[in-house]
Amino acid sequence: MTRRTRLLVAALGGTGLAVLLVAACFDLPRFGGAHHPYGDRVVRASLARHTANTIASVNFDQRAFDTLGEMSILFASVLGTVVLLRQTRDEHRAAPEPEQVALPVRRFALLVLPVAVVTGLYVIAHGQLSPGGGFQGGVVVATALHLLYLGADYRALERIRPVGSYEIADALAASAYLVLGLAGLVAGTAFLANFLPYGTFNTLSSGGTVPLLNAAIGMEVACAVVVLLARFLDQAVEIEKGGEK
Amino acid sequence: MSVFPYLVAAWVFLVGCYGLVTSRNLIHAVGCLAVCQSSTYVLLLAVGYRDGATAPVFSDLKPGSRPVVDPVVQALALTDVVVGATVTAVLLALVLQISKLHGTVDPDELSELRG
Amino acid sequence: MDDPLIVVALLLVAASATAAVAVRDPARQALVLAVLGTVLAVLFTVLQAPDVALSQLAVGSALTPLLIMLSVRKVRRPQRKKEAER
Repeated sequence: MTRRTRLLVAALGGTGLAVLLVAACFDLPRFGGAHHPYGDRVVRASLARHTANTIASVNFDQRAFDTLGEMSILFASVLGTVVLLRQTRDEHRAAPEPEQVALPVRRFALLVLPVAVVTGLYVIAHGQLSPGGGFQGGVVVATALHLLYLGADYRALERIRPVGSYEIADALAASAYLVLGLAGLVAGTAFLANFLPYGTFNTLSSGGTVPLLNAAIGMEVACAVVVLLARFLDQAVEIEKGGEK
Repeated sequence: MSVFPYLVAAWVFLVGCYGLVTSRNLIHAVGCLAVCQSSTYVLLLAVGYRDGATAPVFSDLKPGSRPVVDPVVQALALTDVVVGATVTAVLLALVLQISKLHGTVDPDELSELRG
Repeated sequence: MDDPLIVVALLLVAASATAAVAVRDPARQALVLAVLGTVLAVLFTVLQAPDVALSQLAVGSALTPLLIMLSVRKVRRPQRKKEAER
């Protein structure tokens, strides 16, 4: 199929899709309407379980099984990327040349790095209270670690980021989520049920298993993003084509 | 305008699809796929919005004092954002492999299937 | 809908999405995607979704553009080497 035929087919299909989408938009309920039946029920259930952040309650308590599915997608994509980007036999590792970093950039990065890591851990820990949680905090921690790459050089980053340990930690965190779910089975209720006491509303120890699942997901997402970035950085900076030297 | 956010979501999706079809660089195509994904987040959050309401987080809000927006769609969009980025990473890894094997990232030059 | 802030945020999102597709060079597209990520985070905050905005800000403005730039660098290196050998 030549390029022109392909563009013609795409134009026809695109016009049809556009017409259908616009017609569907006019059939949706009005933007800002007050009729949200599931939202009202979810808010009531979350308050009954003493979880101040309703979204954390939905993700880790009422629909925790869906989050298990999302976590396995994350794990599988990290697995796929690691397999695809491994160093093959006809490639070798060349040490990257260190680059001079401007002194203000270096000082700023090294100053902000511990603050950013602690902020990420705070976001993970307070997921059941204020906006935040495992997913957001995990990404913040992982990207904060790479401030060292900006402020120093790749060699320094490799020292605080032994990839093997992060891969093990990723697998451990994914298993921790599953074990918490199985603990719900053992406690006599259901898989991934919230079997711990709900605690006092709006304190760190509230929500039952929500903070524990938050911690597991936070560790998983942080290690997954670090491993992803490590593989891409290796490919872009170190690995080169050419036989074994 | 009570359908404007939905129309913006539809526009972003169609623009992303146009970019995918007419792209001459696979990395550019992966970026257009990310644009398509972001249109779904806009649509989800627009469906859940309620006029005059606030975020469904009760750490600094007395429960019942104000209406809140729908938290279900926010929970869906939240995990979707992070997982979508990792799927983009897998696609980029595939593009890297293609460039190593065939030496090009132009989809028009990749028409033959080679072993 | 009587909130002009939401209208402005939606228009910014539509504009950055169109720009992200129109820019054909992947390295520049990575930067436009970072802008799109930030504008989306603003839109999500205005739509009263702080959780999603946090997620989108961390991922869309830092992670995805970084991955795209690293891929561009990896893809361009053997091509530059071939030109150097000629």
